[in-house]
Amino acid sequence: MKTYAGKVRALAGISFTVETGTIFGLLGPNGAGKSTTVKILTTLSRPDSGSAEVAGIDVLQQPDQVRRLIGYVSQKPQFDPEATARENLHLQGRLYGVPHRELRSRSQALLDHFGLGKVASRQARGYSGGMQRKLDVALGLIHRPKVLFLDEPTTGLDPEARASMWSEISRLAADEDVTILLTTHYLDEADQLASQLAIIDHGRLVAQGSPNDLKSELRGDAIQVELTQAGVDDHVRTTLVRLGGVREIVVEGTTVRARVDHGASAVPGVLAALESAGVAVTSVTISRPSLDDVYLRYAGRPFGDDSHHQAQASATTEMEVPGE
Amino acid sequence: MSERSIQHNASAALVQAGNLTLREVRALMRQPFYIAVTLVQPMVWLLLFGQLFKRVVEIPGFGGGSYIGFMTPGIVVMTALFASAWTGMGLIDDMERGVMNRLLVSPTKRGAILTGKLAHIAVSLAVQALIVVLVGVALGARYDGGVIGVLMTIVAAVLLAIGFGSFSCTVALLVRQRESLIAVAQFFTLPLSFLSSALVAESVAPGWIRSVARFNPVDWAVSVSRGALSADPDWGDVLAHCGYLVIMAGVLAWLATRAFTAYRRSV
Repeated sequence: MKTYAGKVRALAGISFTVETGTIFGLLGPNGAGKSTTVKILTTLSRPDSGSAEVAGIDVLQQPDQVRRLIGYVSQKPQFDPEATARENLHLQGRLYGVPHRELRSRSQALLDHFGLGKVASRQARGYSGGMQRKLDVALGLIHRPKVLFLDEPTTGLDPEARASMWSEISRLAADEDVTILLTTHYLDEADQLASQLAIIDHGRLVAQGSPNDLKSELRGDAIQVELTQAGVDDHVRTTLVRLGGVREIVVEGTTVRARVDHGASAVPGVLAALESAGVAVTSVTISRPSLDDVYLRYAGRPFGDDSHHQAQASATTEMEVPGE
Repeated sequence: MSERSIQHNASAALVQAGNLTLREVRALMRQPFYIAVTLVQPMVWLLLFGQLFKRVVEIPGFGGGSYIGFMTPGIVVMTALFASAWTGMGLIDDMERGVMNRLLVSPTKRGAILTGKLAHIAVSLAVQALIVVLVGVALGARYDGGVIGVLMTIVAAVLLAIGFGSFSCTVALLVRQRESLIAVAQFFTLPLSFLSSALVAESVAPGWIRSVARFNPVDWAVSVSRGALSADPDWGDVLAHCGYLVIMAGVLAWLATRAFTAYRRSV
């Protein structure tokens, strides 16, 4: 548990396990406890009570050992803008005690991997936003960490740079044999990259599973029917209830929302029932449940601009964050 | 901890501090305009104050001699004071960016982070002090103290810079704002300079300033330099003031590490 001055309890017992070589996403609104979780697991902060482990090593007892095992890419840019990409990587490697010869080849490999080879001898301040972010990620990898913490790696990037960063990240887990814990502002990012994710709210873990599992827990697709006229709420509801298999029916003006097990096969029946009841329809939309729906259900409010995601990964065993 | 692992830790910390110092020096070397201004500034002071106060040596009790010769140690020390006042700026930059957190998440020894900043200011001040002395000589200053006197001048400048640089780091770690650090630096630099014998002989200063100056590290540094450069140095006095400077630098550096610990707790 971590209590900041003013006695705000940030975390109240979170525990999760991440399979080696996979990407784990951690989602939750601002203040949910994601950043605190990452800070504790990366040895930046100490919890007031409880324990935390990364790759089987106690974060509180042996922070130095944990530091050698993890890489960290913070939300804020962490490269030195006055130095070149190569100088940045060399300094980082020397701080980790990477032997001279290995450091040179490792730096070159990372520069090539992230497409920074051509600008490696120029000051990083002149790089594009996407290149600077890649340099940040490369800095986190110089010492071949077992676990990499990526704190909102694509926030502030343009769509093209974001797409490019996504492909780098998904390749990383495989190529570098590294377990990645990802936090992000974007639900689609977590959906695309993470094989497992957890939703944190008010310092508690409220849901955990693969994006698909979490979505299928919502049981079924959303259908939305537009009517030609409003004011037939009860009539529509009774008709659909009688049809069976249609749940969570909401009628608002001319819009009807409901959930069905299988959207495509349910729609003909729904349309036929409405028609025979004398209700005219203008359009029908079917949508698979999205992470937004998952989020809405577990966090109890829509996923807004102020929300974040985070993901965490642990190499072998369990990463446990402060219990009470 | 075994003796070997202590040795290993110490050498790792030295390598890390060395590399962090190199980072700062390299960033400095990439700013030729900045270097030019910092080199020209003491020269302007030497020329400007040298002209302005030229006849001050004629005041009874000042002791005669050339004013350039008198003033050069004062300008060296003022240069050290003014330059080291900004040491904390680099820390604020690192804290605002993710650089500080990157260092804290790495196995970098905590001491190496501050040492890097202080070593950088020490190295650049040693070079600057030498240049100012040479410019003073070019303008007509003559020193009987010779090489030893010049070395002691550099030592005094470096010790003052480490002390005041540590103070600047302490302020930076506590307030974490550029504007506040600038205000604090400016609040101290000029009064500390003028409450010393940097520009005017102690003998002609008002009594209360003489009393205050006795506790002013800037005055200690000037005493070391001027004493060691004189024809017949009072080594007892020079070394005593050197000792005060070492203690001052040590205490302020220790305070900076305390402020760093407080900063790390608040991350």
